[in-house]
Amino acid sequence: MASLRSQSHKGYVAKASLPALPPPLGTRGLVGWLRQNLFYNITNSLMTIVIVLLLWLLISSSSGWFVFDAVVQGSSKQECLQIDSGACWAVIGKRIDQFMFGFYPEAERWRPLICFFLLFVAIGPLLLPSFPARRQMLWFSAFYPVLAGVLLLGGVFGLPPVKTALFGGFMLTLIVGVTGIVASLPLGILLALGRQSRLLAVRTLSIMFIELMRGVPLITLLFVASTMLNYFLPPGTHFDLLLRVLIMVTLFSAAYIAEVIRGGLQAIPAGQYEAAQAIGLDYWQTTRLITLPQALKISIPGIVNTFIGLYKDTTLVIVIGLLDPLGIGRAALADANWNGLSNEIYLFVALFFFVSCFAMSRYSIWLEKRLATEHR
Amino acid sequence: MSYLNSIWRNEQSRGILIQIFVLAGVFALFSWLISNVISNFASLNKGFGFDFLLLPAGYDINQTLIEYTNRSTHLQAAVVGLLNTFLVAAVGVVLATLLGFILGVARLSRNWLVSKLAYIYIEFTRNVPVLLHILLWHGIIVNTMPHPRNALTIGEVLFLTNRGLYVPKPIAETGIWLVWLGFVAALFFSVGFARYARARQHQSGVQLPVFRVNLAICILLPLLAFFAAGQPISLSFPALKGFNFRGGIQLPPEFVALTFALSIYTAAFIGEIVRAGIIAVDKGQREAAEAIGLRPSQVMNEVILPQARRIIIPPLTSQYLNLTKNSSLAIAIGYMDILATLGGITLNQTGREMETMLMVMGIYLIISLLISAFMNWYNSRVRLVGR
Repeated sequence: MASLRSQSHKGYVAKASLPALPPPLGTRGLVGWLRQNLFYNITNSLMTIVIVLLLWLLISSSSGWFVFDAVVQGSSKQECLQIDSGACWAVIGKRIDQFMFGFYPEAERWRPLICFFLLFVAIGPLLLPSFPARRQMLWFSAFYPVLAGVLLLGGVFGLPPVKTALFGGFMLTLIVGVTGIVASLPLGILLALGRQSRLLAVRTLSIMFIELMRGVPLITLLFVASTMLNYFLPPGTHFDLLLRVLIMVTLFSAAYIAEVIRGGLQAIPAGQYEAAQAIGLDYWQTTRLITLPQALKISIPGIVNTFIGLYKDTTLVIVIGLLDPLGIGRAALADANWNGLSNEIYLFVALFFFVSCFAMSRYSIWLEKRLATEHR
Repeated sequence: MSYLNSIWRNEQSRGILIQIFVLAGVFALFSWLISNVISNFASLNKGFGFDFLLLPAGYDINQTLIEYTNRSTHLQAAVVGLLNTFLVAAVGVVLATLLGFILGVARLSRNWLVSKLAYIYIEFTRNVPVLLHILLWHGIIVNTMPHPRNALTIGEVLFLTNRGLYVPKPIAETGIWLVWLGFVAALFFSVGFARYARARQHQSGVQLPVFRVNLAICILLPLLAFFAAGQPISLSFPALKGFNFRGGIQLPPEFVALTFALSIYTAAFIGEIVRAGIIAVDKGQREAAEAIGLRPSQVMNEVILPQARRIIIPPLTSQYLNLTKNSSLAIAIGYMDILATLGGITLNQTGREMETMLMVMGIYLIISLLISAFMNWYNSRVRLVGR
């Protein structure tokens, strides 16, 4: 036995563990990625191949129209057609001023431009918690609506007055969109609280208002604003069309906001209300300090979605004759020189809306992640 | 003073006081508005009434589902418009649901290309206003599609031109009742068989191939009746005669553009809803189902979908409602829906803004209240019973 034990193996004995081998070629790098994501079985490989072929066909057949055969210089559709067969982007270049400002007087266009840049200064501290000197800048945000109104309308401080009927283009979209968003949030919060109220009259009225606004299309409300509102006011009252639209858009979107926030309020555990009552807070203190902050946090995705919807719905104002970018585009189409260039014009306007709405939805996702403090 | 103070301090009496103030305020506002309306109407010599509905409308409508001429009444025009709204809504809902479910599943596909394509489609579609979609597609059909003589065609059956889409039209002949009978019988059988299969599964756990059997019955029985009755349905195909197509059904460009645009727009939202619903089903449910040896189709049909459905249906219904309300944008391209007939031409011809708009808004309100009533009923039926 002892001899057996002393008999030592003379083989190779590793002193340190070897470094791990890289995974097989088929599961790493580009090849591995392709295998796992595009070719992991026969059906999927076929699907990938068919899609690539279709994409290639689509791109090769449409890139000519969009880019290679497109014309960017010219003063009418006929001129464009003589140069090349693709899209006639010249119409955008010729009308870009109108697309931006509508019929705002040319000499005064610095005013909406300043408003536009100050808009970012005003919403920056609201949206970004790390904004420099946030507390002081919030005062500017609160003051901004007045400043923008003065700048755009004029009539004081030696600024020549500009009629709202001349407002148009992307400027109009921003005015209607931003005003609607800013004004509808507080109103929506009040309506949501009203719908949850213990007072029967308040609750019934809130429900009736919300259901009425959500039950009809916005376009009918805009019709009411443009054709019928004068009947409801004392004879001889003049009421600016843009202001009527702003009011209607605000009321409409407040009803949707109210429903989103109600969802948030209902999601708060009853214990929160009870605890607030137990430490002696009254209704408004409970709402302001305990329930509303939590409810708003839960409802952020819904609120931003409602805002995006409102922003897109501003295009409906063309039906009652306001000239937002879509209205400017339609006016250009009615011009004999540009007749029939609907694809170019609508695609351009679509690009504008896509960029702004996509940015908003990205912001919402970012905010959601930042505020997700529990349930990790 | 202290007496008033004590009323205000008491929660119950304060509530009553606040409600009285609110009601008085609302009442004052409404009486002010209505008195303004009355004095405005009096100074304009306008009446209020719905007798204009029985006057001849005097305008033509290019797409009518029921008998209508320009000598019909405004009421008939409104009904034609309402039916056109329902038509767009019905076709749009079906198309949007189909496309939306495909998108939702594609978004979750393991294939990177498929899921990214679905993502790009959804983002590009839902971030552009629906009105823009409608105008763009209308423009594409009217400005870019060929003249009837060079129509795009699929197998000489469907023709797409700048005057709309031409499809074959089924014409019923004598004996059609037998086909209908076959169809109804197949429907009854399907429902009965599904119930029987469910009861049997509950008792014994044995699953019958319900879907396949019912599909076969629903196709075979009417088909059998069709041949038994001597083929009582013939198709009228569109054919080019001179400058335009004859025969078949012409779907005007407005209808095609509106339905298509609403469908692809709403489908993007439905896709996201479906995806969220499937993701929301707990991972453990799928794992447990796989662990007890269910087939992939059973995992989907018996475990995942019934739970996802509870999450999907409420937002899905509100998308259907949105689609129906968005169909009122038809007025921008001249499709004659309820808003364009009653709230458009009838309003302009009779000058009855108040009555026509009240009717239009009332109709939309009724539709949406009905749909939300359904949704509430469904929600209470499928709600999980918690503690």
